[in-house]
Amino acid sequence: MARNNGVTRNGKAFLEDRYEIRLSGSGGQGMITAGVILAEAISVGDNKNAVHTQSYGPEARGGMARCDVVVSSNEIYFPEATELDLLLALTQESVDAYTHLLKPGGVLIVDSDFVKHKPDREYIEVPFVETTREKLGATIATNVVCLGFIAQHTKIVTKKSLESVLVERFPTKFEASNLKAIKLGYDLAKLIATNGNISGQLEESLETEIDRL
Amino acid sequence: MPNKNEIKGTPAFIQGNEAVVEAALAAGCSFFGGYPITPSSEIAEGCAEKLPLVGGVYIQLEDEIASMASIIGASLAGAKSMTATSGPGFSLMQENLGFAYIAEVPCVIINVMRGGPSTGLPTKLSQSDVMQARFGTHGDYTPIVIAPSNVQEVYDLTIHAFNCSEMFNTPVVVLLDELLGHMREKIIIPDEQDIYIQNRRYPSVPPEFYKPHDITPDLVSEFVAYGEGYRHNITGLTHDEQGFPTSKPAEVQKMLKKLRRKIHAHRKEIIQYDEDFMDDALYAVISYGSSARAAMSAVRMARARGIRVGLLKLKTLWPFPGKRVHQIASEVKGIVVAEMNMGQMIREVDRYAMGQCKVKGALRYDGLVIEPDEIYEKIVELRTKK
Repeated sequence: MARNNGVTRNGKAFLEDRYEIRLSGSGGQGMITAGVILAEAISVGDNKNAVHTQSYGPEARGGMARCDVVVSSNEIYFPEATELDLLLALTQESVDAYTHLLKPGGVLIVDSDFVKHKPDREYIEVPFVETTREKLGATIATNVVCLGFIAQHTKIVTKKSLESVLVERFPTKFEASNLKAIKLGYDLAKLIATNGNISGQLEESLETEIDRL
Repeated sequence: MPNKNEIKGTPAFIQGNEAVVEAALAAGCSFFGGYPITPSSEIAEGCAEKLPLVGGVYIQLEDEIASMASIIGASLAGAKSMTATSGPGFSLMQENLGFAYIAEVPCVIINVMRGGPSTGLPTKLSQSDVMQARFGTHGDYTPIVIAPSNVQEVYDLTIHAFNCSEMFNTPVVVLLDELLGHMREKIIIPDEQDIYIQNRRYPSVPPEFYKPHDITPDLVSEFVAYGEGYRHNITGLTHDEQGFPTSKPAEVQKMLKKLRRKIHAHRKEIIQYDEDFMDDALYAVISYGSSARAAMSAVRMARARGIRVGLLKLKTLWPFPGKRVHQIASEVKGIVVAEMNMGQMIREVDRYAMGQCKVKGALRYDGLVIEPDEIYEKIVELRTKK
């Protein structure tokens, strides 16, 4: 059966072609929804394979929330992420819990305002929550801003697919603000790519740049 | 796994639980009676939203005993019916499940397995209801139990469950697990005309000659709903072909045999499994449900390291494909059974292997998903240890 899906008999293709993303934060920050949008954009929009899994506890709300998106151009068998290529952590708790699962060379993205104890490895910090509040007037679209950032930084998904999922999955009244949020995420990623804000405090000049967005 | 590009239809990015709802609607289900329970609640939610839109009925009952009773009643009134639950609720359904079996009432029960016993681990996964699905109700019972391992299979096999149920007038259990219920993947929802739908067999005789439990050449009786002018007597007591209680030894035995043989005689139509890399395999992994996904990865890890191992993925757990397992056991040096419980299906594999090869379990029962490495290590152990 699966042999026709690009998996060679010695299994090599399977072992190499797998990109694992974990999105984590506290319950209510929209991480699980962000994962659904990302995975749907990749699998339906871009026609690659993506599997979305989530984990939660018996509590009704609060606590840690996380989801995994595994991406591959082949069929995905084992659906959970165990060696992360990318970890987005919006809270200190999630940095502490999942950083050790990152592959060597994996990308760690944290929220600079909420993660005070900096991880002992290379990371990218962005004031996601604060920037969303300033630029869009509320923090509700933080998850969409994060998605834009990840999309620009990793090129794992096309902007077109992301936007079309946002337009189709949510009521029309959120369309404009969601599209703005995606753009903000892309702009943040471009800014950080040119200014370089890896493993350090946000420099003042960069803050000014963000203000200008 | 079919190549997704070859199937015509509409792509959808949905959860396992949502796929159950879509498939039930496609199969013609028009009644859901249930009591929402994690991790199956999305099925009740989806049915509550969508059944009324197609003229169907959704009822939330006071508990799972009533839920099971309600789907039997709805089925007898002519509807294709379904319920969805998890461990504790599945336990409560067992008595009425036996009723549906002996009274030959088609219905579908979805059990999204979670950790047990008792309240156990509501939000974590497990595959520990496999033997309950086989032997849960009292009395001699020959069930049909189906276990998908990806969201596309959830869709396809839920339709298969309805078809088997309608074909053989018997309850069919579909076992999902928490991971599969909540996992999202792209599936292709086939066009309506490409979905095979089986409906119950309507009587070919006038009411005065109708026997609801008639022993026909293919052992499947004709089924007529209440209120259609036929006398369809229903009882949980052991009954004769007319449906009236009997305790005459010859009639009792005849009826029990019929109930078992109608499943066994048709097992080729019921049983489904997939094989991967089995043609030159020296070792085999046997798995099902979410565990089978880890097993597929493990088999590829082993192949990449030059170990000739294959996979038998069960899609029907009961009836068990014993003949094939017996044959595999005669061809390989060892079998690893991968499942998320303390060892349930491994008993059945062992029974059919009949000592022809070593049988080892890769078992996990801590609420987390079994990982490919754990299964791979067992394959390596089989090779190295005597």
